[in-house]
Amino acid sequence: MAKIKIDKERCKGCLLCVNFCPHGLVKKGFQLNKRGINYVEFLDKDNACLGCMQCAIICPDACIEVYR
Amino acid sequence: MKKIFKHPQSLRKVSTHYCAGCGHGIAHRLIAEVVDELNIREKVIGVAPVGCAVVAYDYWNFDCCEAAHGRALAVATGIKRCRPQNIVFTYQGDGDLAAIGTNETIHAANRGENLTAIFINNAVYGMTGGQMAPTTLIGQKTATTPYGREANYHGWPLKISEILALLKGVVYVERVSLHAPLEVLKAKRAIKQAFFNQIEKRGFSLVEILSPCPTYWQMSPKEALDWIKEVMTKEFPLGRIK
Repeated sequence: MAKIKIDKERCKGCLLCVNFCPHGLVKKGFQLNKRGINYVEFLDKDNACLGCMQCAIICPDACIEVYR
Repeated sequence: MKKIFKHPQSLRKVSTHYCAGCGHGIAHRLIAEVVDELNIREKVIGVAPVGCAVVAYDYWNFDCCEAAHGRALAVATGIKRCRPQNIVFTYQGDGDLAAIGTNETIHAANRGENLTAIFINNAVYGMTGGQMAPTTLIGQKTATTPYGREANYHGWPLKISEILALLKGVVYVERVSLHAPLEVLKAKRAIKQAFFNQIEKRGFSLVEILSPCPTYWQMSPKEALDWIKEVMTKEFPLGRIK
């Protein structure tokens, strides 16, 4: 049981977390933040997130926090 | 639930000016994490370069100094000699450390100054518009080499880490990359070792980080990481050099 928290205002939409999430739980969103960027969203309906931290380690803007 | 990955205390929670997918953000965070883990935030002094990372002092939450183009290691030498109790590091790009500042770099390393240099190698001049840097690969297209870099006209990519490894004053040189989460962790370990060498007063340490520049490589952030893995690491092999 784990989850991540994305700081949507600092997300730049580079989608590196989307590419590295082993379960595909991070997806490009349809909402825009204040800077006009499609920030990423965390959708985990089946509690599949392991808290492997790959998304947080690769995030260039340090906007992901991981809870486990 | 416990927070297992948090924003480092030494990194300000502000939005950086870097492009989406830029490796500078990862490198800033790694340095901030290492400073937190070694508990040296009150005595570390960073020297920011000229280049994309020119306002790095706005992002780190510790003391910083700004140097003229290429002169970060000369400024760091002055700070370290006046204040030997502080931990001084420079953060420089390839245009700063390997082009205009080669002289300062080689002499600071040769004097064996007790400093840590973090060298971000992204194979182009990012701040000025993607021109050819000394580290640009053969065949790579940039703003000033629109048909690709040619060895007989532009010369070969400069391998500053291998050059510095020959000098006696240098104790530690490692080349790491940011192309995958595992490599990012290796990069963090190398940065930690470089800071630790300075705390132990061993001499000059340099960590070269291969970093993506998606904007001027004209790729998506993921393609840029793949390009590092498939092309750049062939010219700049990863691992400990000294």
